Amino acid sequence: MKVLVPVKRVIDYNIKPRVKADGSGVETAGVKMSMNPFDEIAVEEAVRLKEKGVVSEIIAVSIGEPKAQDTLRTAMAMGADRSILVETDVVTEPLSVAKVLKALVEKEKSDLVILGKQAIDDDMNATGQMLAGLLGRPQATFASKVDVADGAVTVTREIDGGSQTVKLALPAIITADLRLNEPRYASLPNIMKARKKPMEKITPADLGVDMTPRLSVVSVAEPPERKAGIKLDSAAELVSRLRNEAKVI
Amino acid sequence: MTVLVYLDHEGGAIRQASRSAIAAASRLGDVDVLVTGPDAAAAAKSAAAIPGVKKVLQVTDTTGNSELAEPVAALLAELAAGYTHILAASSATAKNVLPRAAALLDVQPIPDIVAINDADTFVRPIYAGSALATVKSADAKKIITVRASSFDPVASEGGTATIEEVALPAGPGGSTFIATELSKSERPELESARVVVSGGNGMLNGENFKLLEPLADRLGAAIGASRAAVDKGFVSNEYQVGQTGKIVAPELYIAMGISGQIQHLAGMKDSKVIVAVNKDPEAPIFQVADYGIVGDLFTILPQLEAELDKAG
Ligand SMILES: Cc1cc2nc3c(=O)[nH]c(=O)nc-3n(C[C@H](O)[C@H](O)[C@H](O)COP(=O)(O)OP(=O)(O)OC[C@H]3O[C@@H](n4cnc5c(N)ncnc54)[C@H](O)[C@@H]3O)c2cc1C
Ligand SMILES: Cc1cc2nc3c(=O)[nH]c(=O)nc-3n(C[C@H](O)[C@H](O)[C@H](O)COP(=O)(O)OP(=O)(O)OC[C@H]3O[C@@H](n4cnc5c(N)ncnc54)[C@H](O)[C@@H]3O)c2cc1C
Repeated sequence: MKVLVPVKRVIDYNIKPRVKADGSGVETAGVKMSMNPFDEIAVEEAVRLKEKGVVSEIIAVSIGEPKAQDTLRTAMAMGADRSILVETDVVTEPLSVAKVLKALVEKEKSDLVILGKQAIDDDMNATGQMLAGLLGRPQATFASKVDVADGAVTVTREIDGGSQTVKLALPAIITADLRLNEPRYASLPNIMKARKKPMEKITPADLGVDMTPRLSVVSVAEPPERKAGIKLDSAAELVSRLRNEAKVI
Repeated sequence: MTVLVYLDHEGGAIRQASRSAIAAASRLGDVDVLVTGPDAAAAAKSAAAIPGVKKVLQVTDTTGNSELAEPVAALLAELAAGYTHILAASSATAKNVLPRAAALLDVQPIPDIVAINDADTFVRPIYAGSALATVKSADAKKIITVRASSFDPVASEGGTATIEEVALPAGPGGSTFIATELSKSERPELESARVVVSGGNGMLNGENFKLLEPLADRLGAAIGASRAAVDKGFVSNEYQVGQTGKIVAPELYIAMGISGQIQHLAGMKDSKVIVAVNKDPEAPIFQVADYGIVGDLFTILPQLEAELDKAG
């Protein structure tokens, strides 16, 4: 079984994003970029399935600017066998990304796609569900446990009040939540090996996908800043302030 | 314009977050609502009493299929013909279903809105709330999830909507609901509680985490947690507050032994009053806290309880 793992290049989660002075977006020039943390979890899960012999090949895919190559190399250093860069300088949206992925899933005849549940830049939490909708395939989002057996995958999902288990007939789509696994670090030899693994470069046009965004950004602004308050010396003072000053208890 | 709101309910009681979604929807047009599940009839009755709701669409289902994204997304896509906007409160259910419905309609969804500028233009946080993007949709229909903490909920009584039964389509199949495991709690719901007491890594273990309960009891508070506390198994995942957990905005948020990383702040920094107890005076949580105490939480916790027990 071939697994497709879409990986996105985002601002590293340790960096505090800054809004550009002209309000057109968030500054990414000169900022440390990394693989979206949820996508590392998705890659790790695919690699574990391969180690168990369930999966035969892992293909990492990224849609975006040429620098997304770095992210694909990371995925291959973690264990993906090859990768596809779909180059575009148009702002990507879950709808257009899902259309690109649909075309690739059909081209590669992939029976399982594991995505991150959300990208930490745009926080849309949408791409996997949209891909499943476009393909008419079953979906299991926010996965915390994945078991593949006998042409089906049983997934435990994180939901608001607890957890839920669903069983999907393959082919299917899964999105990874934080507690699915602990992603491995790529070792130096594997990073070296990844340099030689194949990377195919195509464009959305090659797949017949129109990338025109449906959402346009009117402006991007800093949220109102919260001011640091005061430090108190005792529980007594805190309770008194909460009662008499803030009036919240 | 008529707007459809997909409601979340628990055993027939409409969640407060869904009443916030109705408040947002009523800014856009007339409001119909959809309820699904084994208790749909009870939920429909509660929904019909919400002021401003015109019609309730009810899907009674005992097969478990209404727990699945595939048939519910197919239903929303079918119903979409009669509506300009489809909304729901941002919840695990809505996030599972709405983007799929949007794909079926060839629409780019607009998740987690915090403000409505006009029928096409909305404000939503990006980068864990580090920035607010105002976006304009070119799609004919809008599929939107609403951040409940940004819209005051409508009342729950006073309306007289009509109720109509609709059928759940089969969907593409291939997906089977096995089970749901809900953790039982007598406490208020995290997302609508007036007071939230959260614990982090500083609680050290699951046994200690229970020490937050007496404080929460005294304040009528819900209990929350940082990701570190959840990852280490002190409490289960539904307690997590933050970018990838629940978004809360209570009157009072008390953070015990939480450092205040941006991903945690994303889930609570809109709280009215924030209190932090942390032994590290440099912890970033103090940058957003209205009141802070630098000290050992295990010493301060019993002192707080004792102070609260004194007549106010
Ligand atoms: C208001 C706004 C402002 C924006 N500003 C910018 C900007 O300044 N710079 C910029 O570059 N983009 C910008 N974008 C695009 C944005 O960053 C996202 O690429 C896009 O909206 C997809 O959303 P998401 O990544 O949150 O999707 P999600 O649905 O949250 O992603 C889920 C998963 O889908 C997969 N995935 C998503 N996108 C890709 C991809 N491109 N390649 C491979 N896998 C993927 C990953 O597995 C990911 O974990 C903006 C978009 C909007 C709406
Ligand atoms: C993609 C991604 C998504 C994430 N999403 C979330 C999310 O949704 N929610 C979330 O919370 N995190 C999230 N995180 C994790 C986040 O970055 C932090 O790691 C996490 O919030 C840290 O939890 P903490 O503050 O409890 O732990 P720590 O950072 O370890 O802080 C513990 C604090 O307790 C204090 N302390 C220790 N002992 C005592 C004591 N006896 N008395 C008083 N104080 C004490 C310490 O001084 C310290 O400040 C995410 C991370 C990533 C990469």
